[in-house]
Amino acid sequence: MLFELREVTYSYERQTALNQLNLSIAQGSRVALLGANGSGKSTLLRMLDSLCFPQAGSVHFQGAELTEERFADDAFAFAFRRQVGLVFQNPDVQLFNPTVFDEVAFSPLQLRWPKAEIRERVDEILNRMRIRHLKDRVPHRLSGGEKKRVALASVLVLDPAVLLLDEPTAGLDPRSQSQLIDLLVDWAGGVKSVITATHDLADLADIADRCFILDSGRLAATGPPEEILRDRELLERTNLVHAHRHRHASGKVHSHPHMHSSEDL
Amino acid sequence: MKWGHGRHRGGFIEHTIDALYGAMERFLYAENTARGGGFLQRIDPRVKVGGLLSLILAVALITRVWAIAAILVVAIALAMASLISLGELAARVWLPTLPFTAVVAIPAIFLTPGHVIWRLPVLDLPVTAQGIHSAARLILRVETAVTLVLLLVLSTPWTHVLKALRIFRVPVVFVVILGMTCRYILLLLETAHELFESRKSRTVGAMTAGERRRIAVANAGVLLGRTFQLSNDVYLAMQSRGFRGEVYLLDDFEMRRWDWAALLSFAGVALLSIWLGR
Repeated sequence: MLFELREVTYSYERQTALNQLNLSIAQGSRVALLGANGSGKSTLLRMLDSLCFPQAGSVHFQGAELTEERFADDAFAFAFRRQVGLVFQNPDVQLFNPTVFDEVAFSPLQLRWPKAEIRERVDEILNRMRIRHLKDRVPHRLSGGEKKRVALASVLVLDPAVLLLDEPTAGLDPRSQSQLIDLLVDWAGGVKSVITATHDLADLADIADRCFILDSGRLAATGPPEEILRDRELLERTNLVHAHRHRHASGKVHSHPHMHSSEDL
Repeated sequence: MKWGHGRHRGGFIEHTIDALYGAMERFLYAENTARGGGFLQRIDPRVKVGGLLSLILAVALITRVWAIAAILVVAIALAMASLISLGELAARVWLPTLPFTAVVAIPAIFLTPGHVIWRLPVLDLPVTAQGIHSAARLILRVETAVTLVLLLVLSTPWTHVLKALRIFRVPVVFVVILGMTCRYILLLLETAHELFESRKSRTVGAMTAGERRRIAVANAGVLLGRTFQLSNDVYLAMQSRGFRGEVYLLDDFEMRRWDWAALLSFAGVALLSIWLGR
């Protein structure tokens, strides 16, 4: 098993983000974490990336429990960071280097790769992400879509076995959304694990073969995307869709469930 | 985010937005100058950190005004050779520093005992030659030290300064704080800029002084909350990508003959000024 969470609880000062959560994620799977705002998706992703640790319960990665004590050991921390990469929802927080090239080279430098290999790898990933022309630009002055690509490149440069994505298509125009989805599908190639937190149901079938729905920090449901998408009552209950009412030309009022893509949210 | 340059006179919000633009522009000016092709930019960052710090130390140790003035002249020459605008130095260092230092220095003119050369009318306070000398020395010392620090910042990419500091055994925690401060300042400016622009879009007509104060206080509170959240996220993002406190760069620092010559020159100027100026 790739990740295993047992009775995990995590609270912020006034709010419980994860509440006795149990879930398992298999190696090589493509998972979507679904839920309305405040359901605990982002906290869960951060916990899977060991940026926070459970206040109760435990998180296991490939059988090893993830604890703060374990991350004090450089060898363990580097091995974990080499395998697991997180792309934050807001690319601004992820871009802190003076140029795009430095930004993408940041992770391999921290993991002390040979410098010649870093230069080669960064060039390769810039070409693959089609952002080579941005390599000398200051990251925080790029457009939203460009920032997102640079943030993704800065994680993919390590070729991690597990990719954690927090709302990857949020704020992107439809064309950029589609390009990003294609890129992720290509990158994963069926052998990598991709865990995506989203409330965008439109691309669910492309990005996931299993869904976990979170509601107030608890697991509300799990299943393949087609099964989840068919369960309208579940989607409405967890605020992933809402009843949409409109009037037809005949004057008749019609109501049906309505889902938002991240573009609308 | 794209930063415009629409200068316009107007009310409190417009002035604040202008000030934020100005701060962002200065930030970008520093980034661009640091990557320029001037004299200091070509010197190894370790030499620059060591050399400029030795000059600052000399400024702190020497007592003769002419010796401090001589180091200021050296600093100005370095700025010109490094294509750093003297107007920028005046606007960012000399003028803003002057009133703060003067507040501390001016009382010394009247309080230092010595040869009275003039008396202040009405208050009948004595102005002594020794007092003027002390005040001039303090003002000159502060102006020179701050100029030297700014030369380092304007001629060296921030990441190189941080790596050089680590080479000088500055503790990791201090270097991490400095590194993150740089990013946070920009986030703070961007967030403040967005806040004031959104406020501007919803404001019609002139505001009273009370309204301006209320807006300033409310924005300060919101800004503090947002930047706290953002700064926490930036640190997590750095950790997530393997950051453990140490600074690693693709550029290797390499001492060339040019750098050794610069190091000897810095050391020579510092030692000579300490010897002659004490």
